[in-house]
Order: sequence, then C-alpha cells, then structure tokens
Amino acid sequence: MEQTNPGVDLKEVRHVADLANLELTPEELPRMARDLNSILGHIAELNQLDTRDVPAMAQVSEALGLEPATSGQTLRPDAIRPSVDRKLVMAEAPETDGRFFKVPKVIER
Amino acid sequence: MPPATLNLETLTIAEARSAVLSGSVTASALAAQHYDRIAAVDPQINSFLALTRDRAILQAAKVDQAVKSGDTSTLGPLAGVPIGIKDVLVMQSAPSTAGSLILKGYHPPYDATAVAKLEAAGAILLGKLNCDEFAMGSSNENSAYGPVHNPRALDRVPGGSSGGSAASVAAGLCVASLGTDTGGSIRQPAAFCGVVGVLPTYGRVSRYGLIAFASSLDRVGPFTRSVADAATMLEVLAGPDTLDATASTQPVASYATDAAKPVAGLKIGVPEEYFGEGLNPEIRAAIEKSLDALKAQGCSIHKVSLPHTKYAVPTYYVICTAEASSNLSRMDGVRFGLRSEHSNTLANMYRESRDEGFGPEVKRRILLGTYVLSAGYYDAYYRKAQQVRTLLTRDFLTAFAEVDAIVCPVTPTPPWKLGEKTDDPIQMYLEDIYSVAASLAGICGISVPCGTTADGLPIGVQILAKHFDESTMFRVGSAIESAQQF
Repeated sequence: MEQTNPGVDLKEVRHVADLANLELTPEELPRMARDLNSILGHIAELNQLDTRDVPAMAQVSEALGLEPATSGQTLRPDAIRPSVDRKLVMAEAPETDGRFFKVPKVIER
Repeated sequence: MPPATLNLETLTIAEARSAVLSGSVTASALAAQHYDRIAAVDPQINSFLALTRDRAILQAAKVDQAVKSGDTSTLGPLAGVPIGIKDVLVMQSAPSTAGSLILKGYHPPYDATAVAKLEAAGAILLGKLNCDEFAMGSSNENSAYGPVHNPRALDRVPGGSSGGSAASVAAGLCVASLGTDTGGSIRQPAAFCGVVGVLPTYGRVSRYGLIAFASSLDRVGPFTRSVADAATMLEVLAGPDTLDATASTQPVASYATDAAKPVAGLKIGVPEEYFGEGLNPEIRAAIEKSLDALKAQGCSIHKVSLPHTKYAVPTYYVICTAEASSNLSRMDGVRFGLRSEHSNTLANMYRESRDEGFGPEVKRRILLGTYVLSAGYYDAYYRKAQQVRTLLTRDFLTAFAEVDAIVCPVTPTPPWKLGEKTDDPIQMYLEDIYSVAASLAGICGISVPCGTTADGLPIGVQILAKHFDESTMFRVGSAIESAQQF
C-alpha cells in the first residue's frame, strides 16, 4: 500500500536524528521539522503516478539491459598489489597508537 | 627570450599546450602566472580552498625538462596545462575538505583516478576548488569555507555545487578544472559562469577517490573554455578503472576528432516540458537562437515529449538523500577528519563529531534520507522514487529512438544574488528542474554558453545525448559554440 505520512512531528524528527547519529540542538529541531515537512509535501506529488507495474531502478545499467557491476563480470583479477601506505593512513586518525584507531570507551565499568 | 604574455582569461587547453611545447612559455612560468593571478583576483571570488604549489612546481619542471630535451613524444594532451580540482576529489597530501568542517585538515593518502589521469597527461594541478559541502547545493552557499562569488557579477552566485570549478575557469585562474555532477552540479555552474561543463554518461569516468554523495548518480567531468577543450579532457578522463567496478568498459571514442564533425543531417529534439512558464524569457530566446543556428547548419528540429519531467525533482531528492545518508555514515570521527572533544563515550563521540562537523543542508539531507529509508516509509518513498526513475529514463530512451540529441535550457533563471534563496530549501531545489532528469537517467549532457541577458549575465544551453554518445553531444555543442563567434 502506498501511503505517505501527512507530516512529521518533533518526536519523529528526534527519532530519525537518533537513527542517523545526528545531534540536533533545540534551535535546529523545529527548523528541520518545518523543512522536512515542506520537502515531503513536495515529494508526495509522486503519488499522482500509478507505478504498480513499473520496475524499480537502482542502477543506470538496469535500464540499459547491461550486466550490473556487481555481477562479477567487471571484477578485477584477484592479484596482489600494494595497498595505501599504512603510516599515511594512520597519520590522519584523530587518535591512534600507530597500529589501531583509538575511540572513547564503549562499555562503562 | 622573455616569457610570452598570454591572456589567461581566454587561454584554451590547445593554446596553452602548444605555447609550452613551442617553448614560447615554460610550464613553470605559466603555472607561476596563474598563481600570481590567483593571489590578485581570488580574494574577491574565493574559488580556491588550497594551493598545491609544490606538486605543481615539480610537475611543471618535469614537463619543461621534456621540452628542453626535445623529447616531446612523452608529453600528453594536457602537457603544461594548469588545472584545478574540485575539493570532493582527493589528491594525495593536499587538504581535501569537500567543503565541510568535518574533513578540515584531512590529507588523503592517495590520488583519485581522475586526478592521477590528468597528471599523467601532463596537467599542472594548481590546487583544490571550493564547492557546496559534500556537493550538496545549487549556489555554493553551503560551503563551510564561505561562498564563491560569480566572476561575471560578484554579487551573484556562481551556481553549485561545483561553484569554485566554474568560477576559477571563468576568472582566468586555471585553464580548466574538474567538477562533479550529481543533479546538475557541473552543468548549472557552467551556465551561470559562462563556461563549458560536461556531465559524462554514468560510468564513463572513474569515481575512485571521489568523496561519495549519491553513488547511483555521482559523476566526474570537466569545465573548460571551449567544447574542443572539454572533448580533449574527457578523452583523458574516460575509461575503465580496476579500482572502480562502476567505471564502464565501453570503448572511448576520439571525442576531440568527433567534436569537429559537421552536424548536417542530425535530428535535434526539443522537449516541450523544458519550455514551460517558469522559464526566463531571455533564456528562452537564447535557446531558440541556438536552435536556429543548428537549423542553419543542416539539423532538423523535432518536438519531443518527456512527460514525467515534473516528477524529476521530487524523485531526485528522495534518491540522492537516501544514498547520501548511507554514504555519509563514514564521517564518524574514528579514522579521519574532525573528532569532537566534548564526548566521553563512543556513541556521544559519533553524534557530537557529526553535529560539529556537518552544516545545516547536509544534516537536512541526512535526515530526509534516513526518513525515506526507515521502516514503514521505504516503499512509499524510496521504492516509489526508484519506480519513477524508471519512467523518467524511459522518457529519454523513447525520445532518443526519434532524435540524435536533445537541446534545452540548463536552468530556468540566470544566476541569482547571494543570499536570495538560502531560506527556503524547496525554492533552491526547484532550480534543478532542467538538470536532474538527465542525472537520474544516466545519459550524458553538456552546458555551452549561448549568450547573455540584458544585464550581462551568462546563459547556457544544454545538449543531452544517449548513454555513451558523447561524440554526438560534442558535435552539437561545437556547432552551437561556433555560431556564438562573430
């Protein structure tokens, strides 16, 4: 069934922000709710179209009848080649011991 | 011999390369002239976020050495040509912020394939160019590092998201540049700044090293001062890549040769849906003039219909935000970029880092994308949009069964004033009306300057062609371009 929500309230915006790992300030929250509702209202125009028999298109290759990139045909040979320099990678980390990325503690004791 | 004085504002790739090869200017001197001009002019425009002077000097010296030794056979089609790179494409050891605070200070450990290919062809890479944060925007006002000003009218926007890429070429700060286009981000700023911008077919250019926004839509393409230059540059950029499985193995044509072929006999489609009431009359008149020029050169003009056009913007904003919400989850403060100092647990660290690092438009799109993918809404929004995407693509496939190329406006309006539309996201999104359908369908397109408004603001015409038929797109583009010159 294709039903679009008449609108999102502040509680829902907070829930979606949680899902997306976004922290919203009390000032941002109502503004985001207003913008989201205005955009969703515009998106609701898609319901004017009957799409019951229309296949969903995730990739351009599908529309062209080409093999999607994930079919294995375009995968490169499994050959050993140099990787990106580990030192350069670790140098970009906010916190590291040179071998691992360090993060704040995950479990409270 | 003193270095030749070249007009940096009009210099083309072909002219720059031949000046360097003939010895009338060294690649080093040409790069230095561009850096001097950047220092003098860019404070008003804000197109460069970082200069990669050391790398440019090294590369220029290599080109100059080859010229001096007389061994020019090793010099590629972009030898000595100063080029700028949009900041969403990574360049080893150069800052790559994607216009976001969350990547401030990030120095990627590798080169994007497109960047490496330009350099292998002899290009001198001058630096990184300003853009909307994570390429999300139509005015370049969403950059965390300040807006870019349109060089043709400093109080106006340059377009977005590749605003810096378009403005730098228009202002004579680099001969060409790389941009990216997800929903119009190359074509629209090209039109607003009066330069040429190419949206290659989806898969035509590798995206390895592109900081992803919406993976089923993102494309990398050139900004130049002529259609021939764009063809030269795309020939360098196009082709498969073992590092990007979505880069196509379709053969790459000789675009530069094909661009010069006559257009007589080509069938040109004009979609009525792109000439509706929202279209600025001066833009309409300029497009009609371009059509007259094509007719004069032997093209036949045909009405075509792209009946689902009005659904392109809502479809686009469901699909691109859904993909963005997923792609941007990697910005979490763990491996690179900003980490909030105000957090004591892992969960808080993610949230605080993202809150401090992302600007409002990025947050808005992540929220919308998360919402349309969330349980209970997936079918109503995301799946629905994917179905309409099929309809929009079929519109084009049907039209291209009848015509060789489609000619239409790039934008409904000329560039607006800075700050004019920042308050209402919908009003900003609707500016993408003529660009997003081609993005969703995966076809190729080019924006070519075709005149100015009475106020002197640039107007662009859009030429769309079938998947992997860039040759026809360039031919039609060249024909329109040649009609502009007196």
